Amino acid sequence: MSNAGEESLSGAADVAAEAIHVENLHKKFGQLHVLKGVSMSARDGEVVAIIGGSGSGKSTLLRCINCLENPTSGLIRVNGEEIRLKPDGHGGSVPADRRQIERIRSRLGMVFQSFNLWSHMTLLENVIEVPVHVLGIKRDEAVANAEKLLERVGLAEKRDVYPAFLSGGQQQRGAIARALAVQPRVMLFDEPTSALDPELVGEVLKVIADLAREGRTMVLVTHEMKFARQVASHVIYLYNGLVEEEGPPEQIFGDPKSEKLKQFIRNIH
Amino acid sequence: MNSVVIAVGAFGFGLAIGTGGAYGKLYGGPIVRDLLEVYTTIVRAVPELVLILLLYFAGTDLINRVLEALGYARIDVNGLVAGIWVLAFVQGAYSTEVIRGAILAIPQGQIEAARAYGMSPGLLMRRITVPAMLPFAIPGLANLWLIATKDTALLAIVGFSELTQETRTAAGQTKAYFTFFMAAGALYLLLTLFSNVIIAQVERWARRGMPRIAGGGQ
Repeated sequence: MSNAGEESLSGAADVAAEAIHVENLHKKFGQLHVLKGVSMSARDGEVVAIIGGSGSGKSTLLRCINCLENPTSGLIRVNGEEIRLKPDGHGGSVPADRRQIERIRSRLGMVFQSFNLWSHMTLLENVIEVPVHVLGIKRDEAVANAEKLLERVGLAEKRDVYPAFLSGGQQQRGAIARALAVQPRVMLFDEPTSALDPELVGEVLKVIADLAREGRTMVLVTHEMKFARQVASHVIYLYNGLVEEEGPPEQIFGDPKSEKLKQFIRNIH
Repeated sequence: MNSVVIAVGAFGFGLAIGTGGAYGKLYGGPIVRDLLEVYTTIVRAVPELVLILLLYFAGTDLINRVLEALGYARIDVNGLVAGIWVLAFVQGAYSTEVIRGAILAIPQGQIEAARAYGMSPGLLMRRITVPAMLPFAIPGLANLWLIATKDTALLAIVGFSELTQETRTAAGQTKAYFTFFMAAGALYLLLTLFSNVIIAQVERWARRGMPRIAGGGQ
């Protein structure tokens, strides 16, 4: 259903389908207007990096995509399926159908700034939790897959260790394995290296770069400008709740048009 | 051992009330929250002895009046069942607060991660919230369990034959007060010591994902 809709919209088969589509998104926290009408999209295979100063709304935008924050208004489509929203009675909106949002979320691999592994489960249990209990995959199958994923992020020998006994970099790589285990259509990264010691950032960025290379669709909120430039296929610069400028990384970092973006890039370097 | 049965029953049902109560207080609507606030405040404000008298006599009277009004015959409330429910009602108020505090102590990110991966509220509670809050809840719940074992003695006041009541009868008849009350005290102590062993094991299991506190607080 979603594919047919996409094709009739784009009209051409060679244009990759939109995995994420956000239109005119507003988010208010009380009086604070954080997002003021943001539109963006991520096509299959694209790596979209969202950059911007603190308070620009970049994390909020990411968190609205899977309704961890309920948007005040706007339209969100994931894999061509529109998230149905209903008014919450306080001027905002909430998902109208809990099962729909749960189904959509279960195929979005979210990686958090503070890892958020479940502390009462070993690394392996963390990775198989969602496949077994949400997606209904057989346990043996999930374990076999989880072992492959842990191998991939270099944590095979840590499978039976609890998160509290792992370094930040290991926890974040474990969290990436947990995200991959749901076979996500889109990976969402919310500042995945901001909580890490500088010497641990590299190992996590390497894993993310590998994923980008194999053509995974990703939306990445980051402060690592050099990294964004390397892996992103499209960069969105948010300023004060609006898209100030967007384009391919060479243009955004090499030839920025907007004054605000020029200043932002000067301050970073 | 009526005392142990009552304590287990009261603690168990109290735990169920407490879990529901904590969820209601944290996630319920305004009316649910207010009702639970009234419940926990009143139960924790009134002395347990008074509550037991009130719930036991007034409670069974109320049930019978309702039954009569509906045209049914009066029933004889089973002392054991009544004792369990009265103490469970009291325990529930305390465990509501213990469990509420424990849920609040879970790092919010872990709950958020569960939501982000599409867990339904029921699954989230079963797989994440309950096991993650246990390490924070166990010390408080262990207190409540030990209090439950001794609160059974309060049921003596309503003429229920549990350990303390039996001891009084036996001591009165034989005049060997010291022997019988020492023996009863020893039984309570034994129950506590046994409980401590079990609790320590449960706590070690619940804290399996947590590092030991280094240095032992030096």
